[in-house]
Amino acid sequence: MDIIRSEHVSFDYIRRDEEGNVEGITRAVDDVSLRVKQGDFVAILGHNGSGKSTFAKHLNALLYPTEGTLLVDGKDTKDAEEIWNIRQSAGMVFQNPDNQIIGQVVEEDVGFGPENMGIPTEQIWERVEESLKAVGMYQYRKHSPNKLSGGQKQRVSIAGVLAMHPKCIVLDEPTAMLDPNGRKEVIRAIRGLNMVENVTIILITHYMEEVIDADRIFVMDGGRVALEGTPKEVFSQVEKLRSMRLDVPQVTELAFELKKGGLPLPDGILRKEELLEELRKLR
Amino acid sequence: MSLILDHVNYIYGSDTNLAVKALDDICLQIPDGQFIGIIGHTGSGKSTLVQHLNGLLKPSSGAIYFNGQDIGDEDFNKKELRSKVGLVFQYPEHQLFEITVFQDVCFGPKNLGLSQKEIELRAYSALKQVGLEDEYFYQSPFELSGGQKRRVAIAGVLAMQPEILILDEPTAGLDPKGRDEILGQIAKLKEETGMTIVLVSHSMEDVAEFVDRIIVMNKGKVMYDDVPKAVFSHYKELEEIGLAAPQVTYIVKEMQQAGFPVEGNATTIAEAKAEILKAFGK
Repeated sequence: MDIIRSEHVSFDYIRRDEEGNVEGITRAVDDVSLRVKQGDFVAILGHNGSGKSTFAKHLNALLYPTEGTLLVDGKDTKDAEEIWNIRQSAGMVFQNPDNQIIGQVVEEDVGFGPENMGIPTEQIWERVEESLKAVGMYQYRKHSPNKLSGGQKQRVSIAGVLAMHPKCIVLDEPTAMLDPNGRKEVIRAIRGLNMVENVTIILITHYMEEVIDADRIFVMDGGRVALEGTPKEVFSQVEKLRSMRLDVPQVTELAFELKKGGLPLPDGILRKEELLEELRKLR
Repeated sequence: MSLILDHVNYIYGSDTNLAVKALDDICLQIPDGQFIGIIGHTGSGKSTLVQHLNGLLKPSSGAIYFNGQDIGDEDFNKKELRSKVGLVFQYPEHQLFEITVFQDVCFGPKNLGLSQKEIELRAYSALKQVGLEDEYFYQSPFELSGGQKRRVAIAGVLAMQPEILILDEPTAGLDPKGRDEILGQIAKLKEETGMTIVLVSHSMEDVAEFVDRIIVMNKGKVMYDDVPKAVFSHYKELEEIGLAAPQVTYIVKEMQQAGFPVEGNATTIAEAKAEILKAFGK
């Protein structure tokens, strides 16, 4: 079953002057059609201004399509009656951990979502416990969020979304403000949720290394889906990605350069083990 | 125009029971014209360190000398120091506020009490140095893209004509092309003006590509201070403190262990390419 079904979705940002007259219209998302299966790990890449965050905001009904339809877990995001159900199905994690944490204590923060859903207290505590365990933050449950590192805060934010039992989590550049260690922690937590809990993951990022394990990658450019495929398929197109202001993982780039230098290597090598294996074959 | 840090210590909250030692006996020399990278995980003291370099923070003990003068002296001109040592904070575009790009860049030199003509000349050349096209000069800075805004913010510091430029994670949040563009501009600036540049970064790949010298901070101390090749040869120790060498370093190291005739100390893609092709006789 498709958790996300986007049919010809377009979105216009409308700029208005002080009197409310339309000054200009910018099409941020342009005719995007895609499907995401329940349990998939999907990545969305694209340069700054490519429309990926605008599209992501459609996935939990923060924005509605100007044209086209978007179905989340079979529900139309334009249907006002369904808005809370949709936000419960598709949770969202943003870039800056400091803007997402409100509780004074980690476990209170994580319990905020389910509390608002009217879940009985006992079950809230169960949910808080399992969510914090799933992201490896259970031992910090009594800590103040202020004292945590960026990576830890971001994992608390993810636990807060997880406690609402979503089918799908959308993460909009969750690692952009973190150091390499924090990035690894967060990506590991996300992978774990996907593989163990079967939560659908939609990861938006500028770090190419983070998406080599994705089931599917969508590359956005000028509001459209410009490329899609498995990581291998997408990262085989080094020149095309560069023309869209993107890059490939460093290993892929090295393999690409070696191929240009005369070594007969296949396209789309993603991991260093693969590259070493291919080089061994050539010896 | 050198900076010398002599046994600098800094303690946050020193008069409370939550005192934390953020800098621990730092001795460093920053001579003219170097391109220096500072790396370290969050909380290692790197941001505290750079805030000492232009006198925003005062050492709890120890001294900092700018051109031989102690910046802690009462009669030392701190205002001049801040115009000579330019600091670009993280997400500097949050500090843009003027109506047009050009006015925003003029703000710094205006406060130096220069003539209007001099102010405008400086703003113009700073915007050229960061590679911003003329067509954007009279637009609102808030209508620009993320990478452009960041360049305007950097130009605002350059217009003060600093001798040392410090950038705290200038590429955070930019797309890969935007990252390359900013770093390329900084490298070009370094080449054209001979300015000393200090780059605080989380990206080992970027640091390896551009700098002459790397300072690794850990728990408030300088752990390594050397050329990139020498620093990244300690990749195992770097991993223990939550850092890493560039990916290509691991590849050539593992090739070496597998018996390929490579030297195993490449830190950039170009170096790794040359080493590997040589090993294959190409």
